[in-house]
Amino acid sequence: MEHHRLTLFAGHYGSGKTNIAVNYAISLARQEKKVCIGDLDIVNPYFRTADSAKRLHEASVELISPQFANTNVDLPALPAEAYRLVQDKTVYGIMDIGGDDRGAYALGRYVPFLKEENNYKMVFVANFCRPLTRTAEEAMEVMREIEAACGLKFTHIVNNTNLGPATDPDVVLDSGTQVQKLCDISGLPLFFTALREDLAPALEEKIPNVFPLQLQEKYFDLPEQQGGI
Amino acid sequence: MAERVLMKGNEAIAEAAIRAGCRHYFGYPITPQTEIAAYMAKKMPKIGGVFLQAESEIASINMVYGAAAAGMRVMTSSSSPGISLKAEGLSYIAGSDVPALVVNVQRGGPGLGGIQPSQSDYFQATKGGGHGDYRMIVLAPASVQEMANLTIKGFNLADKYLMTSMILADGTIGQMMEPISFEDAQIETYEKPWALTGTDCKRKHNVVNSLYLQPDQLEKKNFERFERYRQVEENEAMWEEYMMEDAEICVVAFGIASRVAKNAIVAARKEGIKVGLIRPITLWPFPKKPLAAAAEKVNSFISVELSMGQMIEDVRLATQCKKPVSLCNRCGGMIPSPDEVLETIRNAQKGV
Repeated sequence: MEHHRLTLFAGHYGSGKTNIAVNYAISLARQEKKVCIGDLDIVNPYFRTADSAKRLHEASVELISPQFANTNVDLPALPAEAYRLVQDKTVYGIMDIGGDDRGAYALGRYVPFLKEENNYKMVFVANFCRPLTRTAEEAMEVMREIEAACGLKFTHIVNNTNLGPATDPDVVLDSGTQVQKLCDISGLPLFFTALREDLAPALEEKIPNVFPLQLQEKYFDLPEQQGGI
Repeated sequence: MAERVLMKGNEAIAEAAIRAGCRHYFGYPITPQTEIAAYMAKKMPKIGGVFLQAESEIASINMVYGAAAAGMRVMTSSSSPGISLKAEGLSYIAGSDVPALVVNVQRGGPGLGGIQPSQSDYFQATKGGGHGDYRMIVLAPASVQEMANLTIKGFNLADKYLMTSMILADGTIGQMMEPISFEDAQIETYEKPWALTGTDCKRKHNVVNSLYLQPDQLEKKNFERFERYRQVEENEAMWEEYMMEDAEICVVAFGIASRVAKNAIVAARKEGIKVGLIRPITLWPFPKKPLAAAAEKVNSFISVELSMGQMIEDVRLATQCKKPVSLCNRCGGMIPSPDEVLETIRNAQKGV
């Protein structure tokens, strides 16, 4: 995998951007790189990058998170510190962008820096199991809305098609047609296919560039989802 | 296998409402339920429906009242402080016997409170909130699939009994994502001869109103209404029982608290403690029968809530205080952890 200094993950909300950004940051850090992840989500009130603070810290990934993430302050404000992602060229920066065009507006202020340095990947995260992006055409519409909102074109696509805990190998394999179509009509390459780590062994030989994800556990996962009974 | 999609709880409510035939949504944005309005704003114009962001919560509930009087399947959604603002309209809708669906994705309170999840509007939903003698059917989903199923059920029951159904969810279930399917959706439709649809000069005009000039007429109306409520209590209580067969301790929890409780129960069972769960799915009507039956079998009850203890009063009433009921709770946007629930179960086992 070729790494640019900055990697931005954007897409439809609920497409899995945060999980992918966290895992990608950790995988870079494991390659002895100095990594910093920025939570630039101004849309989502819950389930944020900061939920993975412990894992990120253990992997020596620096986390820049809005001061009021996961608090009662419903304030769409980003910390000044986030400029370090685009200005400090000694780190690999990962930017976790909020969902849809509304989330992508926040990226606009960093775009002049990104274009000037010109060492970034702008990645569209696609989940074809989401109801408003069931097809390549629908996903393409979301891509165009995001690009218009932030003023930056996508350069890569990540396929993160999943049904949460109900994801099985077929769910991922079945998404192959739509993701290929999205690559064709957008003219962009597939960066990788993200999967829950337990699915990776079954699919690594069938799909190129598999990226296994360790998902953030939640206190409300049901016993059957945890395999507890 | 049924076709499934991955949805947020809030989106599931919106999609289920559309599938149930709702073409009128009036609301005002508030975290953590704004995705409902956002989904409606995107979809309604494409299917000939109405999405209207009103100037306030009070305006939106009165728009619901109007559309309901015209016989439409109509809904609004909000979160705790917004529901307080709608309380007057809820009372008028009840007093006029028209059906509506109201969603409350609860957040911490009282006052402006916070945006993190809560269940502290239990009293408001089940005991009133608005003025006067009235009830709402209160449905408490514990998964994204139930967000969808109970939304459809809520519309059906509202039309059947001419009253408001409220989905009482919390921020976590509104925001979390799970796979769901709509293939088993049971959509019922009801004739609405009482609706204000225009007479064409062919019939006597209908009246939808909550004002009665004579007290005996108002009393009669209330008696009739409570006869309907009695039927709801008799026929519509829903609950889930989990590991109750041999249980000596009964945990009672709804919504997100029930999911935490299940994990604690599995852990307690591994320690040899015989504990089970009764999960109310309808909070009104409250599932009195299974609780009364459990009171004859178990040694004690534990109410797990994201509030200072509200449902616990109904647990005590339903069990007629035959067995002790203890409380395991967090509030203000906090959620009890499985370990906290487990500790309460251990204490109940020791008789503490």
